[in-house]
Amino acid sequence: MDVDYHALLPEFILAGTILLVLVVDVFLPERLKWFAMPIGLVGVLASLAAVLSLIGVDDRVSFGGTYVVDEFALLFKGFFLVTAILVLGLSLRYFREGGFYQGEYYFLLLTSFLGCLMMPSSRDLLLLFIALELVSAPGFLMAAFRKGDVKSNEAGVKFFIIGVLSTAVMLFGMSLIYGVTGGKTRLAEIGVALGGLSGEMETLALAAILFVVVGFAFKVSAFPFQFWAPDTYEGSPVPVAAFLAVASSVAGFAGLLQLMFVAFADQYEFWVPIFAFLSIATMTVGNLVALQQTQVVRLLAYSGIAQSGYILLTFALVTDDAATNRTAFAAAVAYILIYGIMNIGAFAATVAVSRRHPTLRIADFAGLRETAPLIAIGMAVFMISLAGVPPTGGFWGKLLIFQAAIERGGTLGPVLAVVMLVNSVVSVFYYLAVPREMFLRDAADRSRLRVPALVTAVVAVTMVAIVSIFVLPGAITRLAELSTLVGVGP
Amino acid sequence: MTWENSAITITTLLPIVGALVILAMPRDKDRAIRALGIVFTGAALVLAVAITVGFDYGTDGLQYVLDVNWISAIGVRYHVGIDGISLPLYVLTFLLSFLCAIYTWRYVPDPGRTKAFLALMLLLETGMAGTFIAFDLILFFVFWELVLVPMYFLIAVWGSANREYASIKFFLYTLFGSIFMLLGFLAMYFQGPDPHTFDMVVLRDYGLAGGFSNTFQLVVFGAVALGFAVKVPMWPFHTWLPDAHTEAPTIGSVLLAGIMLKMGTYGFIRIAIPFMPYGAQKYAPWIGALAAIAIVYAALACLAQKDLKRLIAFSSVGHMGFVMLGIATLTEIGIQAAIFGMVAHGVITGMLFFCVGSIYDRYHTREIARIGGGMLQTMPKLGGVFAFVAIASLGLPGLAGFWGEVMALLSSFSPNEFLLGDQVGLFRVFMVMGGIGTVLTAGYFLWMLQRVNMGTLPDQWREAGLRDVLVVEWVSWLPLLTLILVLGLYPRLVFGVTDDAVSGLMSLLGS
Repeated sequence: MDVDYHALLPEFILAGTILLVLVVDVFLPERLKWFAMPIGLVGVLASLAAVLSLIGVDDRVSFGGTYVVDEFALLFKGFFLVTAILVLGLSLRYFREGGFYQGEYYFLLLTSFLGCLMMPSSRDLLLLFIALELVSAPGFLMAAFRKGDVKSNEAGVKFFIIGVLSTAVMLFGMSLIYGVTGGKTRLAEIGVALGGLSGEMETLALAAILFVVVGFAFKVSAFPFQFWAPDTYEGSPVPVAAFLAVASSVAGFAGLLQLMFVAFADQYEFWVPIFAFLSIATMTVGNLVALQQTQVVRLLAYSGIAQSGYILLTFALVTDDAATNRTAFAAAVAYILIYGIMNIGAFAATVAVSRRHPTLRIADFAGLRETAPLIAIGMAVFMISLAGVPPTGGFWGKLLIFQAAIERGGTLGPVLAVVMLVNSVVSVFYYLAVPREMFLRDAADRSRLRVPALVTAVVAVTMVAIVSIFVLPGAITRLAELSTLVGVGP
Repeated sequence: MTWENSAITITTLLPIVGALVILAMPRDKDRAIRALGIVFTGAALVLAVAITVGFDYGTDGLQYVLDVNWISAIGVRYHVGIDGISLPLYVLTFLLSFLCAIYTWRYVPDPGRTKAFLALMLLLETGMAGTFIAFDLILFFVFWELVLVPMYFLIAVWGSANREYASIKFFLYTLFGSIFMLLGFLAMYFQGPDPHTFDMVVLRDYGLAGGFSNTFQLVVFGAVALGFAVKVPMWPFHTWLPDAHTEAPTIGSVLLAGIMLKMGTYGFIRIAIPFMPYGAQKYAPWIGALAAIAIVYAALACLAQKDLKRLIAFSSVGHMGFVMLGIATLTEIGIQAAIFGMVAHGVITGMLFFCVGSIYDRYHTREIARIGGGMLQTMPKLGGVFAFVAIASLGLPGLAGFWGEVMALLSSFSPNEFLLGDQVGLFRVFMVMGGIGTVLTAGYFLWMLQRVNMGTLPDQWREAGLRDVLVVEWVSWLPLLTLILVLGLYPRLVFGVTDDAVSGLMSLLGS
């Protein structure tokens, strides 16, 4: 068993930090409990430094090829750690002022991120499963962290039941795959073994793929498994909702990308129609329901569902042509990254407003241009970016998917592109609802909104990032190109 | 970097720099902010004039070209340049923006917030100017969409009563059209020459050489034309325009009518027709028919309007109908007429919206019945200017509005023999409809003048202290008033610029 300790350094550092946070919390007096956050932040920064030190090094393989640190993995690890920094920044004041158990929260949050870090490196069904659970299980607790609030309890319970159910379905699918492939768990080996199947075994394998896809569909809140998301996001503390909407769902996509493009690539004819349906239904349902929302977190939840639909579209573009697949894959990766940044920003702005208006209705954003100009401009940029309109990075994300869809050609590509285009236009209507409140209405309380410096910093950083991506999209498109997962295989 | 290859980039991006500088200013330095608006738009105009001076009028090729890699992963380049078709519109963009900035020296519509107002206007300026110089389809699209957000906010924040409905309608309608255009662009990318490219020069040559298959052209021309048609706007896609124009603040209307509508017609001339000549040939009769309907429909609609600003807005639909009719003939004269019509309409209708803005500023109503007539008695100068511009707009010979209309009608008498030889009869019907339209246009403008300028002054305005044209208004209007006269007397000012580029284009198209 070969273990490359350098390649595993980010995970080790984060795991050590997690334990440290837990231990230190015991000894901290009540008023210093918040100190868990800086400790966690330092750990995450160290872990990020370790990830950066791995750039440019050849692919590193550990544990008999089940754990691979390649460019795809590094890209996502870097993304998750940056997300962790931003979520930590949003959490400090929120949890300090809200009377929460802070030490436990940071412990759970970092554990979830450890799962995120493992996800893109896991090239083995079991590891993939463990990583996914490591992301989700702390999430169940964090969603219910506002324990005095019925809604938060509902959020936790709903998330837990749905999460466990989907895990069961997925595990069942995985066990079937284990069976039909004769005991293979490594993704690349599964890919080869599945290709050689025929007759009844092949039918069984297809059923197994369907089960696994359903399991992941829950994680990324795809239709018809999306209904938990709005309730869970609404009930959770807002920074937790940000975590769930970005890190948790991106982790789901990272796993799904590996499964579909590596393990199940040969069966694309079976699952492409499934993804086409999932994609169209998810984006349409998400957008149409979002139109009726009056609460911002629920709006962001439904918008997230719609965005999941856009990302799922790239899976439906897979063909037997390696070049097309690579374009689709690159589009998916780029979109996921851009989506993560703009969504974190939107949640950061929401955190800022939640200090004065815990109900977070859209109407509560009224007059934000006066009470918190920077937050208002930032939120407008994120909304316009989520809608995919220049001058924002979201525009390139959408463009890359359109381009991949048109390049795929046939009937399916253009049809999917048109459906997505119409959906994008519909989405503008509800995305603009928030800027409309902020810039056109006046606030009842016109005094300046006091926003924690860290939250302002998160909004500013993500806003600058989104606008910079618009000017220099090469930064993102090139990153996505780096990921050599497709067509090579470990 | 030399002046040759960086001039139009600097000129186009200067307003964005201005927007950033203005955003960095403290909010209470209101005068300084307005002055900065004038300085930046003025500097951009000076640069644009310098480009015009340095422009070589003897060729039909691209000048001031800059072509560098932007996003290598998807083959998008930063390719800008300028030719005789772009130049008049490009300069017009900077001229109108500059005049709007001067106008803002006195008038910032409610609810104030000069800083945001000017910053958005400058962002809008870059978007509009960029559209006319982009020679990469994606770059073109980026600039095209860049105007949406600032214009949305200009209407939504600074507009009049029904602004929220109008602004969202404008946004959704235009976005809906332009995404189909984007799909068309992507289709051209993948069906175009190898290696795939978004470069408009390469794709134009490829398209003119008959590179795209006929079926492809029929589908993609439709998609692309839909995007342009919404922007123009062609009947029946015009319904966003009366709302947006009516609710927008004065300078929003001026820029919307003066320049943004031209982005649509420019797109037809620059992209749709040369890239897909077969598609153009097949769609031309339909475009011509819609244009002819637009002319008559808009004139009839104008006769029914009670709101002065809405009337001017509908008149834009009719004027753009003449422009589209000229384009639909696919003749050199027709395209020349279209470009001239675009410039003339930009100058005249921009000026009309200035007038209506000032009239509203005095009367605080736009309802013709409430104004009640007699404006010439109280405000002879404003009334005179308004009459002059209205008459120019109805196409009086000797003023700018005349040439575009008469040449469009002339070209529809004999459309392109080679491409539309079997449609001559149809186009002559369009010509007759257009002729009827000009009569109706004269009718509603004169009737409007009669109701606003003539007659006796209602008592309520006698003591209202209506002030005649102010200095700042004169400063921002005089260039336009001069242009209306000069373009009417000396149309070569535009034709001389566009001649070579258009005939170069048409010779390739096979006329």
